[in-house]
Amino acid sequence: MGVGDPYGMPIAHGVAAGMGGIRTAGDLVARMQLAQKMRISEAKAFVADKLRISVQDLSDVTVMREIREDLDIGVITSVPGCAKGIEAKARIADLLGIKINSVERLKRKLSGPTRD
Amino acid sequence: MAEKYPVRMGDGHFVEMTADEIRAHLIEGSEDAADRGKIAPLDDSEYDFLLDLFTNPARVVGVPQGHEVVLTHDIGTLRLDGDQGNSGVGIPLSRLQGIQVHERAFAADTMELGHVDYSWKPVKPIIAQEQQVLENVLLSTIVPIFYGAMPNLGLYYAPDGPFGNPSDLLPMAKIDEAREAQELAVEHAVRDMVYVATKLWDVGGDAINFDTTGAAGDADFKATLHAVEQLKDSTGLAIEVGMAGEFILGMHGKLEYEGTRLAGLFPHDQVKLVEKAGADIFGPVVNTNTSRSMAWNLARAVTFVKACVEASNIPIHVNMGMGVGGSPVFETPPIDSVSRASVAMVEIARVDGL
Repeated sequence: MGVGDPYGMPIAHGVAAGMGGIRTAGDLVARMQLAQKMRISEAKAFVADKLRISVQDLSDVTVMREIREDLDIGVITSVPGCAKGIEAKARIADLLGIKINSVERLKRKLSGPTRD
Repeated sequence: MAEKYPVRMGDGHFVEMTADEIRAHLIEGSEDAADRGKIAPLDDSEYDFLLDLFTNPARVVGVPQGHEVVLTHDIGTLRLDGDQGNSGVGIPLSRLQGIQVHERAFAADTMELGHVDYSWKPVKPIIAQEQQVLENVLLSTIVPIFYGAMPNLGLYYAPDGPFGNPSDLLPMAKIDEAREAQELAVEHAVRDMVYVATKLWDVGGDAINFDTTGAAGDADFKATLHAVEQLKDSTGLAIEVGMAGEFILGMHGKLEYEGTRLAGLFPHDQVKLVEKAGADIFGPVVNTNTSRSMAWNLARAVTFVKACVEASNIPIHVNMGMGVGGSPVFETPPIDSVSRASVAMVEIARVDGL
Protein backbone atom coordinates (compact mmCIF):
# COMPACT_ATOMS: atom_id res chain seq x y z
CA MET A 1 0.00 0.00 0.00
CA GLY A 2 1.29 3.50 0.52
CA VAL A 3 0.94 6.92 2.10
CA GLY A 4 -1.97 7.59 4.43
CA ASP A 5 -2.60 7.91 8.15
CA PRO A 6 -2.67 4.60 10.09
CA TYR A 7 -6.47 4.46 10.34
CA GLY A 8 -7.03 5.41 6.72
CA MET A 9 -4.38 3.18 5.18
CA PRO A 10 -3.01 0.01 6.89
CA ILE A 11 -6.03 -0.47 9.14
CA ALA A 12 -8.57 0.20 6.39
CA HIS A 13 -6.84 -2.10 3.86
CA GLY A 14 -6.25 -4.69 6.59
CA VAL A 15 -9.92 -4.81 7.52
CA ALA A 16 -11.09 -4.86 3.89
CA ALA A 17 -8.66 -7.34 2.36
CA GLY A 18 -5.64 -8.15 4.57
CA MET A 19 -4.68 -11.65 5.65
CA GLY A 20 -4.16 -10.67 9.28
CA GLY A 21 -0.42 -11.02 9.86
CA ILE A 22 0.50 -13.12 12.90
CA ARG A 23 -3.14 -13.13 14.08
CA THR A 24 -3.59 -15.65 11.28
CA ALA A 25 -1.19 -16.92 8.58
CA GLY A 26 -0.44 -13.63 6.80
CA ASP A 27 3.27 -13.67 7.60
CA LEU A 28 3.59 -17.29 6.43
CA VAL A 29 1.95 -16.61 3.07
CA ALA A 30 4.08 -13.48 2.68
CA ARG A 31 7.21 -15.56 3.36
CA MET A 32 6.41 -17.79 0.37
CA GLN A 33 5.86 -14.81 -1.91
CA LEU A 34 9.27 -13.49 -0.90
CA ALA A 35 11.14 -16.80 -0.87
CA GLN A 36 9.80 -18.28 -4.09
CA LYS A 37 7.93 -15.51 -5.95
CA MET A 38 4.68 -17.42 -5.43
CA ARG A 39 1.46 -15.82 -6.61
CA ILE A 40 -1.19 -15.50 -3.91
CA SER A 41 -3.13 -18.69 -4.74
CA GLU A 42 0.01 -20.80 -4.91
CA ALA A 43 1.42 -19.33 -1.69
CA LYS A 44 -1.85 -19.92 0.18
CA ALA A 45 -2.14 -23.50 -1.10
CA PHE A 46 1.47 -24.20 -0.09
CA VAL A 47 1.02 -22.88 3.47
CA ALA A 48 -2.38 -24.54 3.89
CA ASP A 49 -0.82 -27.85 2.87
CA LYS A 50 2.01 -27.41 5.39
CA LEU A 51 -0.49 -26.61 8.15
CA ARG A 52 -2.98 -29.30 7.00
CA ILE A 53 -5.88 -26.86 6.90
CA SER A 54 -8.04 -25.35 4.17
CA VAL A 55 -7.06 -22.18 2.32
CA GLN A 56 -10.02 -20.40 3.89
CA ASP A 57 -8.75 -21.31 7.38
CA LEU A 58 -5.50 -19.39 6.76
CA SER A 59 -7.19 -16.09 7.50
CA ASP A 60 -9.51 -17.40 10.24
CA VAL A 61 -8.19 -16.20 13.56
CA THR A 62 -10.01 -18.89 15.54
CA VAL A 63 -8.28 -21.64 13.56
CA MET A 64 -4.88 -20.02 13.25
CA ARG A 65 -4.61 -18.91 16.88
CA GLU A 66 -4.67 -22.52 18.01
CA ILE A 67 -2.34 -23.69 15.27
CA ARG A 68 0.20 -20.97 16.01
CA GLU A 69 0.18 -21.90 19.69
CA ASP A 70 0.47 -25.61 18.96
CA LEU A 71 3.36 -25.10 16.53
CA ASP A 72 4.93 -22.41 18.74
CA ILE A 73 5.47 -20.03 15.81
CA GLY A 74 4.46 -16.84 17.60
CA VAL A 75 1.08 -15.39 18.53
CA ILE A 76 -0.11 -11.81 18.41
CA THR A 77 -0.95 -11.40 22.09
CA SER A 78 1.66 -11.40 24.81
CA VAL A 79 1.81 -14.95 26.15
CA PRO A 80 4.68 -15.80 28.51
CA GLY A 81 6.75 -18.70 27.22
CA CYS A 82 5.54 -18.54 23.58
CA ALA A 83 8.23 -18.21 20.92
CA LYS A 84 9.06 -14.56 20.32
CA GLY A 85 10.82 -12.79 17.46
CA ILE A 86 13.76 -14.75 16.07
CA GLU A 87 12.71 -17.87 18.04
CA ALA A 88 9.41 -17.96 16.15
CA LYS A 89 11.11 -17.24 12.82
CA ALA A 90 13.50 -20.16 13.29
CA ARG A 91 10.52 -22.48 13.73
CA ILE A 92 8.73 -20.89 10.73
CA ALA A 93 11.79 -21.50 8.52
CA ASP A 94 11.69 -25.20 9.50
CA LEU A 95 7.93 -25.42 9.04
CA LEU A 96 7.96 -23.92 5.55
CA GLY A 97 11.28 -25.43 4.48
CA ILE A 98 12.80 -22.06 3.57
CA LYS A 99 15.87 -20.10 4.62
CA ILE A 100 15.31 -16.89 6.56
CA ASN A 101 18.40 -14.71 6.48
CA SER A 102 18.27 -13.58 10.12
CA VAL A 103 17.80 -17.19 11.24
CA GLU A 104 20.77 -18.30 9.17
CA ARG A 105 22.79 -15.55 10.83
CA LEU A 106 21.72 -16.80 14.26
CA LYS A 107 22.85 -20.32 13.34
CA ARG A 108 26.23 -18.98 12.26
CA LYS A 109 26.57 -17.11 15.55
CA LEU A 110 25.65 -20.22 17.55
CA SER A 111 28.30 -22.27 15.78
CA GLY A 112 30.90 -19.52 15.84
CA PRO A 113 34.45 -19.67 17.22
CA THR A 114 35.11 -20.73 20.82
CA ARG A 115 38.24 -20.69 23.01
CA ASP A 116 38.07 -24.41 23.79
CA MET B 1 -36.76 10.70 -10.25
CA ALA B 2 -33.79 8.29 -10.23
CA GLU B 3 -32.19 7.52 -6.89
CA LYS B 4 -28.88 9.27 -6.26
CA TYR B 5 -25.85 7.81 -4.50
CA PRO B 6 -22.94 9.57 -2.78
CA VAL B 7 -19.75 9.13 -4.80
CA ARG B 8 -16.45 10.80 -4.00
CA MET B 9 -14.46 12.86 -6.45
CA GLY B 10 -10.72 12.27 -6.88
CA ASP B 11 -9.98 14.92 -4.24
CA GLY B 12 -12.23 13.08 -1.77
CA HIS B 13 -15.31 15.30 -1.56
CA PHE B 14 -18.75 13.79 -2.10
CA VAL B 15 -21.06 14.44 -5.07
CA GLU B 16 -24.35 12.70 -5.87
CA MET B 17 -24.79 10.54 -8.94
CA THR B 18 -27.48 8.23 -10.35
CA ALA B 19 -26.63 4.59 -11.09
CA ASP B 20 -26.60 5.40 -14.81
CA GLU B 21 -24.18 8.24 -14.23
CA ILE B 22 -21.91 6.03 -12.12
CA ARG B 23 -21.92 3.34 -14.79
CA ALA B 24 -21.08 5.90 -17.46
CA HIS B 25 -18.12 7.10 -15.39
CA LEU B 26 -16.94 3.51 -14.86
CA ILE B 27 -16.99 2.82 -18.59
CA GLU B 28 -15.31 6.10 -19.44
CA GLY B 29 -12.51 5.52 -16.89
CA SER B 30 -11.86 1.97 -18.04
CA GLU B 31 -11.84 2.99 -21.70
CA ASP B 32 -9.38 5.78 -20.94
CA ALA B 33 -6.95 3.19 -19.51
CA ALA B 34 -7.61 0.84 -22.41
CA ASP B 35 -6.94 3.57 -24.94
CA ARG B 36 -3.74 4.82 -23.31
CA GLY B 37 -2.33 1.39 -22.47
CA LYS B 38 -3.57 -0.46 -25.57
CA ILE B 39 -5.22 -3.01 -23.27
CA ALA B 40 -8.68 -4.49 -22.88
CA PRO B 41 -11.37 -2.48 -21.04
CA LEU B 42 -13.43 -4.12 -18.31
CA ASP B 43 -16.41 -6.24 -19.31
CA ASP B 44 -20.09 -5.84 -18.41
CA SER B 45 -19.96 -8.14 -15.40
CA GLU B 46 -17.02 -6.17 -14.02
CA TYR B 47 -18.88 -2.87 -14.49
CA ASP B 48 -21.84 -4.47 -12.67
CA PHE B 49 -19.55 -5.49 -9.79
CA LEU B 50 -18.11 -1.97 -9.49
CA LEU B 51 -21.56 -0.40 -9.71
CA ASP B 52 -22.68 -2.61 -6.80
CA LEU B 53 -19.67 -1.38 -4.81
CA PHE B 54 -20.50 2.27 -5.41
CA THR B 55 -24.23 1.90 -4.70
CA ASN B 56 -23.67 -0.25 -1.60
CA PRO B 57 -24.66 1.92 1.40
CA ALA B 58 -22.15 0.24 3.75
CA ARG B 59 -19.43 2.52 5.03
CA VAL B 60 -16.78 -0.20 4.77
CA VAL B 61 -16.80 -3.17 2.39
CA GLY B 62 -14.55 -6.23 2.29
CA VAL B 63 -13.48 -9.18 0.18
CA PRO B 64 -15.25 -12.52 0.72
CA GLN B 65 -13.76 -14.79 3.42
CA GLY B 66 -10.80 -16.64 1.96
CA HIS B 67 -9.99 -13.99 -0.69
CA GLU B 68 -7.62 -11.99 1.54
CA VAL B 69 -4.22 -10.94 0.20
CA VAL B 70 -0.81 -10.09 1.62
CA LEU B 71 -0.12 -6.49 2.60
CA THR B 72 3.25 -4.78 2.14
CA HIS B 73 3.86 -1.34 3.60
CA ASP B 74 5.58 1.42 1.65
CA ILE B 75 6.79 4.23 3.92
CA GLY B 76 7.06 1.94 6.94
CA THR B 77 6.83 3.55 10.34
CA LEU B 78 6.83 7.12 9.01
CA ARG B 79 3.04 7.06 9.10
CA LEU B 80 3.33 6.77 12.89
CA ASP B 81 6.29 8.96 13.84
CA GLY B 82 6.49 11.20 10.75
CA ASP B 83 5.01 14.58 9.99
CA GLN B 84 1.92 15.25 7.88
CA GLY B 85 4.01 15.41 4.70
CA ASN B 86 3.86 11.61 4.84
CA SER B 87 0.42 11.50 6.49
CA GLY B 88 2.36 10.84 9.70
CA VAL B 89 0.60 11.29 13.00
CA GLY B 90 3.67 12.44 14.96
CA ILE B 91 3.77 9.83 17.71
CA PRO B 92 7.29 9.83 19.19
CA LEU B 93 7.96 6.11 18.81
CA SER B 94 11.25 4.50 17.85
CA ARG B 95 11.19 2.72 14.50
CA LEU B 96 11.46 -0.62 16.29
CA GLN B 97 8.37 0.26 18.31
CA GLY B 98 6.60 1.42 15.15
CA ILE B 99 7.25 -1.92 13.50
CA GLN B 100 6.05 -3.79 16.58
CA VAL B 101 2.86 -1.70 16.60
CA HIS B 102 2.22 -2.65 12.98
CA GLU B 103 2.93 -6.34 13.64
CA ARG B 104 0.94 -6.70 16.84
CA ALA B 105 -1.68 -3.94 16.79
CA PHE B 106 -2.38 -3.55 13.05
CA ALA B 107 -1.90 -7.26 12.15
CA ALA B 108 0.54 -6.40 9.36
CA ASP B 109 1.60 -9.35 7.17
CA THR B 110 4.98 -7.73 6.51
CA MET B 111 6.56 -4.50 7.68
CA GLU B 112 9.15 -2.03 6.54
CA LEU B 113 12.05 -0.12 8.08
CA GLY B 114 13.05 3.13 6.42
CA HIS B 115 15.12 6.23 7.08
CA VAL B 116 13.20 9.45 7.67
CA ASP B 117 14.54 10.90 4.40
CA TYR B 118 13.38 7.71 2.66
CA SER B 119 15.95 7.83 -0.18
CA TRP B 120 18.84 5.41 -0.72
CA LYS B 121 21.56 8.04 -1.18
CA PRO B 122 21.38 9.65 2.30
CA VAL B 123 21.42 6.21 3.94
CA LYS B 124 24.92 5.46 2.63
CA PRO B 125 26.84 7.60 5.17
CA ILE B 126 24.71 6.32 8.07
CA ILE B 127 24.46 2.70 7.02
CA ALA B 128 25.97 1.39 10.28
CA GLN B 129 23.15 3.08 12.20
CA GLU B 130 20.55 1.52 9.91
CA GLN B 131 22.19 -1.89 10.24
CA GLN B 132 21.96 -1.69 14.03
CA VAL B 133 18.29 -0.73 13.98
CA LEU B 134 17.56 -3.53 11.53
CA GLU B 135 19.44 -6.05 13.71
CA ASN B 136 17.25 -5.16 16.69
CA VAL B 137 14.08 -5.30 14.59
CA LEU B 138 14.98 -8.72 13.21
CA LEU B 139 15.60 -10.14 16.68
CA SER B 140 12.27 -9.06 18.09
CA THR B 141 9.75 -9.40 15.26
CA ILE B 142 8.25 -12.31 13.32
CA VAL B 143 6.87 -10.89 10.06
CA PRO B 144 9.15 -10.40 7.03
CA ILE B 145 10.93 -7.04 7.25
CA PHE B 146 11.62 -4.90 4.20
CA TYR B 147 14.02 -1.96 4.13
CA GLY B 148 12.41 0.67 1.95
CA ALA B 149 13.74 3.77 0.21
CA MET B 150 13.38 5.73 -3.02
CA PRO B 151 15.95 5.60 -5.85
CA ASN B 152 15.32 9.37 -6.11
CA LEU B 153 17.77 10.30 -8.87
CA GLY B 154 16.94 13.92 -8.18
CA LEU B 155 19.45 13.83 -5.32
CA TYR B 156 22.28 13.26 -7.83
CA TYR B 157 21.58 16.53 -9.69
CA ALA B 158 22.57 20.10 -8.73
CA PRO B 159 22.20 21.61 -6.20
CA ASP B 160 21.94 18.37 -4.17
CA GLY B 161 24.32 16.24 -6.20
CA PRO B 162 27.37 16.34 -8.46
CA PHE B 163 25.71 16.38 -11.89
CA GLY B 164 23.90 19.01 -13.91
CA ASN B 165 20.15 19.17 -13.36
CA PRO B 166 18.16 17.97 -16.38
CA SER B 167 15.28 20.21 -15.32
CA ASP B 168 17.60 23.21 -15.76
CA LEU B 169 19.43 21.91 -18.82
CA LEU B 170 16.44 20.87 -20.91
CA PRO B 171 14.75 24.31 -21.01
CA MET B 172 18.09 25.68 -22.25
CA ALA B 173 17.98 23.10 -25.07
CA LYS B 174 21.11 21.42 -23.66
CA ILE B 175 19.77 18.00 -24.56
CA ASP B 176 23.08 16.16 -24.77
CA GLU B 177 24.25 17.60 -21.45
CA ALA B 178 20.96 16.63 -19.77
CA ARG B 179 21.27 13.10 -21.10
CA GLU B 180 24.89 12.77 -20.01
CA ALA B 181 24.00 13.96 -16.48
CA GLN B 182 21.30 11.29 -16.23
CA GLU B 183 23.59 8.53 -17.47
CA LEU B 184 26.20 9.49 -14.87
CA ALA B 185 23.52 9.65 -12.16
CA VAL B 186 22.43 6.12 -13.05
CA GLU B 187 25.96 4.80 -12.42
CA HIS B 188 26.20 6.50 -9.03
CA ALA B 189 22.70 5.54 -7.92
CA VAL B 190 23.24 1.89 -8.79
CA ARG B 191 26.47 1.90 -6.80
CA ASP B 192 24.79 3.51 -3.77
CA MET B 193 21.71 1.27 -3.81
CA VAL B 194 23.73 -1.92 -4.17
CA TYR B 195 26.12 -0.84 -1.41
CA VAL B 196 23.36 -0.03 1.09
CA ALA B 197 21.21 -3.06 0.31
CA THR B 198 24.18 -5.42 0.54
CA LYS B 199 25.01 -4.07 3.99
CA LEU B 200 21.41 -4.75 5.04
CA TRP B 201 21.62 -8.30 3.68
CA ASP B 202 24.88 -8.79 5.60
CA VAL B 203 23.14 -8.24 8.97
CA GLY B 204 20.18 -10.52 8.23
CA GLY B 205 17.73 -8.43 6.20
CA ASP B 206 14.85 -10.23 4.48
CA ALA B 207 13.94 -7.90 1.69
CA ILE B 208 14.19 -4.43 0.21
CA ASN B 209 11.62 -2.17 -1.40
CA PHE B 210 12.57 0.25 -4.17
CA ASP B 211 9.70 2.65 -3.63
CA THR B 212 8.53 5.39 -6.05
CA THR B 213 10.76 4.01 -8.78
CA GLY B 214 10.78 6.17 -11.89
CA ALA B 215 9.96 9.38 -10.03
CA ALA B 216 12.81 11.13 -11.86
CA GLY B 217 11.98 9.49 -15.17
CA ASP B 218 13.44 6.74 -17.32
CA ALA B 219 16.94 7.06 -15.79
CA ASP B 220 15.47 6.46 -12.33
CA PHE B 221 13.80 3.26 -13.59
CA LYS B 222 16.97 2.11 -15.38
CA ALA B 223 19.10 2.59 -12.25
CA THR B 224 16.66 0.52 -10.24
CA LEU B 225 16.56 -2.33 -12.76
CA HIS B 226 20.35 -2.55 -12.77
CA ALA B 227 20.50 -2.45 -8.97
CA VAL B 228 17.94 -5.28 -8.80
CA GLU B 229 19.97 -7.33 -11.26
CA GLN B 230 23.19 -6.92 -9.28
CA LEU B 231 21.57 -7.59 -5.91
CA LYS B 232 19.86 -10.75 -7.12
CA ASP B 233 23.23 -11.98 -8.35
CA SER B 234 25.12 -11.22 -5.15
CA THR B 235 22.61 -11.59 -2.27
CA GLY B 236 19.52 -13.58 -1.33
CA LEU B 237 17.41 -10.48 -0.73
CA ALA B 238 13.81 -10.56 -1.85
CA ILE B 239 13.14 -7.39 -3.84
CA GLU B 240 9.98 -5.39 -4.37
CA VAL B 241 9.93 -2.68 -7.03
CA GLY B 242 7.14 -0.16 -6.52
CA MET B 243 6.55 2.61 -9.01
CA ALA B 244 6.05 6.38 -8.69
CA GLY B 245 3.54 6.82 -11.49
CA GLU B 246 1.61 4.92 -14.13
CA PHE B 247 3.82 6.08 -17.00
CA ILE B 248 7.63 6.25 -17.30
CA LEU B 249 8.55 9.85 -18.08
CA GLY B 250 11.15 10.21 -20.84
CA MET B 251 13.41 12.71 -19.09
CA HIS B 252 16.25 11.16 -21.10
CA GLY B 253 14.16 9.57 -23.80
CA LYS B 254 16.61 7.08 -25.26
CA LEU B 255 17.43 4.85 -22.32
CA GLU B 256 16.81 1.14 -22.73
CA TYR B 257 16.93 -2.01 -20.61
CA GLU B 258 17.58 -5.30 -22.38
CA GLY B 259 16.63 -3.72 -25.70
CA THR B 260 13.38 -2.12 -24.52
CA ARG B 261 13.01 1.66 -24.51
CA LEU B 262 11.91 2.74 -21.05
CA ALA B 263 10.16 6.03 -21.75
CA GLY B 264 6.43 5.67 -22.14
CA LEU B 265 5.96 2.24 -20.58
CA PHE B 266 2.73 1.51 -18.72
CA PRO B 267 2.43 -0.99 -15.81
CA HIS B 268 1.83 -4.12 -17.92
CA ASP B 269 5.09 -3.42 -19.81
CA GLN B 270 7.01 -2.18 -16.76
CA VAL B 271 6.44 -5.48 -14.96
CA LYS B 272 8.07 -7.49 -17.74
CA LEU B 273 11.35 -5.60 -17.27
CA VAL B 274 11.13 -5.75 -13.48
CA GLU B 275 10.65 -9.49 -13.76
CA LYS B 276 13.56 -9.80 -16.20
CA ALA B 277 15.82 -7.94 -13.76
CA GLY B 278 14.97 -10.59 -11.15
CA ALA B 279 12.64 -8.78 -8.74
CA ASP B 280 10.23 -10.82 -6.62
CA ILE B 281 7.27 -8.42 -6.28
CA PHE B 282 6.07 -5.55 -8.48
CA GLY B 283 4.00 -2.61 -7.25
CA PRO B 284 2.22 -0.86 -10.13
CA VAL B 285 0.87 2.66 -9.72
CA VAL B 286 -2.13 4.25 -11.37
CA ASN B 287 -2.57 7.92 -10.55
CA THR B 288 -5.83 9.49 -9.36
CA ASN B 289 -7.31 12.41 -11.30
CA THR B 290 -8.77 14.84 -8.74
CA SER B 291 -11.28 16.37 -11.14
CA ARG B 292 -12.84 13.00 -12.01
CA SER B 293 -15.13 10.86 -9.85
CA MET B 294 -13.77 7.87 -7.93
CA ALA B 295 -15.97 5.69 -10.16
CA TRP B 296 -13.96 6.91 -13.15
CA ASN B 297 -10.67 6.65 -11.25
CA LEU B 298 -11.21 3.20 -9.74
CA ALA B 299 -12.39 1.65 -13.02
CA ARG B 300 -9.37 3.15 -14.74
CA ALA B 301 -6.94 1.91 -12.07
CA VAL B 302 -8.41 -1.59 -12.02
CA THR B 303 -8.20 -1.81 -15.83
CA PHE B 304 -4.49 -0.99 -15.83
CA VAL B 305 -3.71 -3.27 -12.88
CA LYS B 306 -5.72 -6.20 -14.26
CA ALA B 307 -3.62 -6.08 -17.44
CA CYS B 308 -0.46 -5.91 -15.31
CA VAL B 309 -1.47 -8.94 -13.23
CA GLU B 310 -2.21 -10.91 -16.41
CA ALA B 311 1.17 -9.98 -17.92
CA SER B 312 3.14 -10.89 -14.81
CA ASN B 313 4.73 -14.08 -13.52
CA ILE B 314 5.64 -12.54 -10.15
CA PRO B 315 3.34 -11.36 -7.34
CA ILE B 316 1.69 -7.97 -7.91
CA HIS B 317 1.25 -5.74 -4.84
CA VAL B 318 -0.58 -2.74 -6.22
CA ASN B 319 0.27 0.66 -4.72
CA MET B 320 -2.85 1.93 -3.00
CA GLY B 321 -1.77 4.88 -0.92
CA MET B 322 -3.50 8.22 -1.09
CA GLY B 323 -3.70 9.45 -4.67
CA VAL B 324 -2.96 6.12 -6.36
CA GLY B 325 -4.65 2.78 -7.06
CA GLY B 326 -8.19 4.10 -6.84
CA SER B 327 -7.77 6.10 -3.62
CA PRO B 328 -8.55 9.82 -3.44
CA VAL B 329 -5.81 12.46 -3.20
CA PHE B 330 -6.36 13.20 0.46
CA GLU B 331 -3.77 12.71 3.17
CA THR B 332 -6.19 10.98 5.57
CA PRO B 333 -7.90 8.72 3.03
CA PRO B 334 -11.65 8.09 3.52
CA ILE B 335 -12.10 4.47 4.53
CA ASP B 336 -15.20 3.98 2.33
CA SER B 337 -13.06 4.73 -0.73
CA VAL B 338 -10.04 2.77 0.47
CA SER B 339 -12.06 -0.35 1.26
CA ARG B 340 -13.88 -0.20 -2.10
CA ALA B 341 -10.56 0.11 -3.91
CA SER B 342 -9.21 -2.87 -1.92
CA VAL B 343 -12.14 -5.05 -2.92
CA ALA B 344 -12.03 -4.02 -6.59
CA MET B 345 -8.30 -4.73 -6.86
CA VAL B 346 -8.68 -8.19 -5.31
CA GLU B 347 -11.89 -9.26 -6.99
CA ILE B 348 -11.42 -7.81 -10.49
CA ALA B 349 -7.70 -7.18 -10.99
CA ARG B 350 -6.82 -10.37 -9.00
CA VAL B 351 -3.79 -8.79 -7.30
CA ASP B 352 -1.51 -10.88 -5.09
CA GLY B 353 -1.21 -8.17 -2.49
CA LEU B 354 -1.68 -4.50 -1.71
